[in-house]
Amino acid sequence: MYKFVLKRIVMLIPVIIGVTFVVFFILSVAPGDPVLTILGDGATDEAIEQMREELGLNDPLLIRYVNYIWDVLHGDFGLSYKTRLPVSDQLLARFPNTLLLASCGIVLAIAFGIPLGILSAKKQYTFLDNVATVGALVSVSMPKFWLGLLLVLIFSLNLGVFPSQGMGEGVVGTLHSLVLPAVTLSTGFMATIMRMTRSSMLETIRQDYISTARAKGIKESQVTIRHMLKNALIPVITLCGLQFGHMLGGSMITETVFSWPGVGRYVLDSIKTKDTPAILGCVILMSVSFSIINLLVDILYGYVDPRIKSQYKAGKL
Amino acid sequence: MAQTQKVKARSLGQEAWRRFKKDRLAIIALCFLVLLVVAAFATLVIDLVTQGEFYDQYVVEQDLLKKLDGPSLEHPLGMDEFGRDILLRIIWGIRYSLFMGMIAIIGAIIIGTVIGSVAGFYKKVDNVIMRCMDVLLAIPSILLATAIVAALGPSLPNVVIAIGLANIPQFARIVRASVLTIKGQEYIEAARAMGASDLRIIAKYIIPNSMAPLIVQGSVGVASAILSIASLSFVGLGVQPPTPEWGAMLSNARTYMRDAWHITVMPGAAIMLSILSLNIIGDGLRDALDPRLKN
Repeated sequence: MYKFVLKRIVMLIPVIIGVTFVVFFILSVAPGDPVLTILGDGATDEAIEQMREELGLNDPLLIRYVNYIWDVLHGDFGLSYKTRLPVSDQLLARFPNTLLLASCGIVLAIAFGIPLGILSAKKQYTFLDNVATVGALVSVSMPKFWLGLLLVLIFSLNLGVFPSQGMGEGVVGTLHSLVLPAVTLSTGFMATIMRMTRSSMLETIRQDYISTARAKGIKESQVTIRHMLKNALIPVITLCGLQFGHMLGGSMITETVFSWPGVGRYVLDSIKTKDTPAILGCVILMSVSFSIINLLVDILYGYVDPRIKSQYKAGKL
Repeated sequence: MAQTQKVKARSLGQEAWRRFKKDRLAIIALCFLVLLVVAAFATLVIDLVTQGEFYDQYVVEQDLLKKLDGPSLEHPLGMDEFGRDILLRIIWGIRYSLFMGMIAIIGAIIIGTVIGSVAGFYKKVDNVIMRCMDVLLAIPSILLATAIVAALGPSLPNVVIAIGLANIPQFARIVRASVLTIKGQEYIEAARAMGASDLRIIAKYIIPNSMAPLIVQGSVGVASAILSIASLSFVGLGVQPPTPEWGAMLSNARTYMRDAWHITVMPGAAIMLSILSLNIIGDGLRDALDPRLKN
């Protein structure tokens, strides 16, 4: 098992190098001179040349990439073109906010998605199942920014229960301001988790060992929890992990709607000011966290499903 | 009584259509989508015939006296923040959301099919290509699209390119997976024995046989592409005003939310209904093309 974990961690390295290189490459070939962004149009040729040298822009792409990664490994994401302040400070201040939002989102999605999926599978083709299925389809199709705006329209502007923008002070204030963004972020994922739980449960319900368990005279609630759920939840766990990664990476729309001071909003603001080091830092931070979460899910998967664990032991995977 | 029963031959497509027809919800969704496409073509024709005059006069021209007027008989969905008819703007916006989403996905399918069939067919390059695709898949697609738009600059064609590129890996994976299963079949061996070239085998046998999962994933892909275009436009990275793109309309509406609810609700409802119908069609197609998957 440890061998497998180690193998997966080693396999992560080329992926992370690839991801950072793709992002670095895309943003480096962008038209527009960053030096002019910093100095403005009226700069002299000498000043421009000096700045280019200072930023290392005269080096070949590959060397710039290696230098950049070397700095990133030392916690230095470079200076923002706009403010000339370290990007890493901004990332450090904002990443916890994004993490908080995504964590609350995934907790909400799991807390409602899995029980709804179980209910809907146990009561297949009843009114409840139909309502849940249609509701899930509608939630998956709903654009996040629109849902966010609707929630603001109803709960902030008309009822005045929750704040529409920003992050509150203190624990209570933070949680209070977190409600609408977390609900917005989680709804689509909740529906996906619910649909997955439902279909996975339906598959398990038809297995022979469920009939065996019932024939032994075990209470229905016990059959559901100990025999069905334990088997049905394995694919759902993978999905939840993937969804958490997507929430981290895809929270920028929600963050924009609610002016949430997270990484997603920072990347969008940076794009508007063509602040390449900031964009690069954000995208790399989010993609790498996404890859690491995927790795954790893979490892967790091995622990949850004994069949997979035994395959690792036999050295088949 | 001896009776010769006539068995009507049905192609795979006819068979799938016969099953698809039974799904009433999917048929409704398909009708709605056809209606949207017809409306979009109608606007193109109107623009051509009136040489853009109708567009300028009713879709872009501002009438500040009617600003933020609610829904009425004359203007069923009300007026926006500059006194423009929201219904007309939504109808004129279909081409941006729906057509651009389709173009992005069709492009992604074509490139993904080429990459996927090469990877599946030639073992030597398989590993290299699929590791590259893994790297692209390791970046959340909306983030990748955002990075590409950041590099190319915000505009409609760039958004389409970005979303197309971000969608290539998933189609490449689907095609590769079906190529790998098809490759070992006897009819491929037979074709090879008759002297068919690799290109012929891929074009004639492999691609038609991997169509089913591509079509299903494609319809869901268009839905998510529409969502991405609208999202990028909403945050100001896509279509720029005064073009009546749905996401951009919502972005403008934010400022006036306090005064008029309808300008926030209407364009969003248009996005949701189109994505919903595409998702329903995708589900219906999956059931029709591969009945084994139906639970």
